[in-house]
Amino acid sequence: MRLAILTDIHGNREAFSAVLADVERRAVDRIVLLGDIVGYGPDPEWCADKAASLVGAGAIAVKGNHDNAIGDTSETMGKVAAAAMEWTRPRMNEAQRQFLAGLPLTQELGDILFVHASANDPGDWIYVTSAQRAIGSFRVCSSRLIFCGHVHVPALISYGLTGQVQEHEFRIGAAVPLIRSRRWIAVVGAVGQPRDRSPEAAYAILDTTTNELSFRRVAYDVGSTAAKIRAAGLPEMLATRLLKGE
Amino acid sequence: MLRPSEGLEIDGFKLGECLHQGGFATIWDVTHPLYRTPMVMKVPTILDGYDGPTIVGFEVEQMIMPRLTGPHVPRVMGVGDFSVMPYIVTERIPGKSLLQLFKTAPLPVSDVIEIAARMAEAVHALHKQHVVHLDLKPDNFLRRETGEIVAIDFGLSRHDELPDLLSEEFTIPMGTFPYISPEQYLRQRDDLRSDLFALGAMIYELATGKMPFGQPERLKGVRKRLWRDPVPPRALVPEIPEWLQEIILRALEVDPNSRYQSASQMLFDLSHPKQVKITARGLKTQRDGFWTVFRRKRKMRKVRRFAAPPTMLSQIDRAPILMVAVDLSAEMEELAHRLLTWVQRMLVIQPDARVACVNIIKTARIGIDPITTEDGENIHVSRLVTLRAWAEKLDLPEERLTYTILEHSDPGRALLDYAANNHVDHILMGARGHSSTRRYLGSVSSQVVAEAQCSATVIRLAQAEGEGETAGK
Repeated sequence: MRLAILTDIHGNREAFSAVLADVERRAVDRIVLLGDIVGYGPDPEWCADKAASLVGAGAIAVKGNHDNAIGDTSETMGKVAAAAMEWTRPRMNEAQRQFLAGLPLTQELGDILFVHASANDPGDWIYVTSAQRAIGSFRVCSSRLIFCGHVHVPALISYGLTGQVQEHEFRIGAAVPLIRSRRWIAVVGAVGQPRDRSPEAAYAILDTTTNELSFRRVAYDVGSTAAKIRAAGLPEMLATRLLKGE
Repeated sequence: MLRPSEGLEIDGFKLGECLHQGGFATIWDVTHPLYRTPMVMKVPTILDGYDGPTIVGFEVEQMIMPRLTGPHVPRVMGVGDFSVMPYIVTERIPGKSLLQLFKTAPLPVSDVIEIAARMAEAVHALHKQHVVHLDLKPDNFLRRETGEIVAIDFGLSRHDELPDLLSEEFTIPMGTFPYISPEQYLRQRDDLRSDLFALGAMIYELATGKMPFGQPERLKGVRKRLWRDPVPPRALVPEIPEWLQEIILRALEVDPNSRYQSASQMLFDLSHPKQVKITARGLKTQRDGFWTVFRRKRKMRKVRRFAAPPTMLSQIDRAPILMVAVDLSAEMEELAHRLLTWVQRMLVIQPDARVACVNIIKTARIGIDPITTEDGENIHVSRLVTLRAWAEKLDLPEERLTYTILEHSDPGRALLDYAANNHVDHILMGARGHSSTRRYLGSVSSQVVAEAQCSATVIRLAQAEGEGETAGK
């Protein structure tokens, strides 16, 4: 089975559509959304509806901190994120609010665990930014593969038979065999707001038959999204960060 | 975890006799009801408790080997999980490793060249598949009955598109001391030219019967090769030709940038001995003197790493073999000039390229060979002179240029064969203008473009407006 794993869409319709179009062409059997469907971006309504329809058609989805903040005003956020959340909240209709609130924090599929931030305390939104930060996730569960987002920078970390935790370099588009002697955490980069100096939308494809993972990047019309952000009066840095991918 | 034993059945494979018991692994004869190919199973010997190096080395093999194809690697038939019993089943390559042969060194020069070329060919095949072996030694080369050399044991290898499981694993250099390159000593695992160093050490051994850096037992002894040069092969065996010493010592250069830049370029020299440019390396009769070594030692002390290429494929791309087919007839002068300009441009983006200039003498028919006549001899020599004069303007060092005059009744076929035999990466050639005969009979360039196994670029002169149409009528 081939899974397309998307995360941190952040109300970016152009990026989300471009990735879904790319997924269409790659014989994917099932879509997984790792949360943060809304927040930051100018099209939260469209993205929430699209995500809901994908889930209706069999997609797996988990909840991100921004999705949670729609209904939970106690969620703590940075200044820019909070300002964007103030803008986003009133735009959500009842169905969209219910869909986001109803998302689970984690989902499992065989030996794979899906979570937005980290497997240890999924509701605490811990950033898996290094091998050290990944250890907790490996310890709390027995899943062989863990997929998460939240960081907006793709990463691949393994946990070996002798307990060593190691971060690995990878090349975009190359299929990495997730060898069975190790457990793996893949931090999938962001669809809607990449922060690794590339503005291209990030996602990943896992082939469970060959046991290989490919990180992918898709170019989309960043200029349009940035223009929409400016027109909506959202913080300017959200537009510039999209253009630069940082 | 299961332990291997005769009679054990796992995933359909039935273990037979134990063929080899090494320090890190055992090799078993295996059969499977679905496969008729003779097979062997390699099982790592994992000690109780912490045995990181063996485990990670085997993980690397399990990851890399199934991705490799072609006659220079064993075909993988099955891979076993660590949770039950880790193993790799491959086809069985009959015969022994090159180690037996190396024990009989020094070998006659003709045998050295033959084996060296076949080893270089195998290494190039690995490099083209993104893999740098990093532990090349006689025990890790097998020989098929058909002659091809097969590389085995990828436990220390690096695939440049896959995670390097070994990168953070060990703090000491990995490899086999007599053959390990200076940059591997500095713990660099990202340079395909490390394999060329090991090849150089092996060819040295085949030709002289001695290892260029001896058999150091400690790392301190390995480090010496950063400044101490080996005894020149000709000082040990005077029958070794200068050109072979040139090839060996070039491969053994300390700085990877001074070595061959790809295995195919090394193979090219091994297959064209007459074209090898002899430098001070080939002529050397003794090791460098005290002061030279002293200065080098002082300089090398500070070296922490050598400049490595960003990726393996980029290294292969910057060091291709470009074949330029030039038409030297008078009416094609302008086209030949244009072709030269294009070669110069390509050398800008592929700075380590080696250029093979080829010119063809079309013979009337197969079987009639003009070279036997005095006239033919003259044609051959005059063509070679013109070809050299043409290439001189490229301003390339001699050792990166070769000149070949081919004689054939079918020029297209001759060019294609030359390209295939010499692992050419890119063919450049000119095409004459359009003409109706050419359109019906086909041109050499279109045959080359259609059938070449590598890239091919055809240079045409811009035509005056309407010219092409008239010619086509």
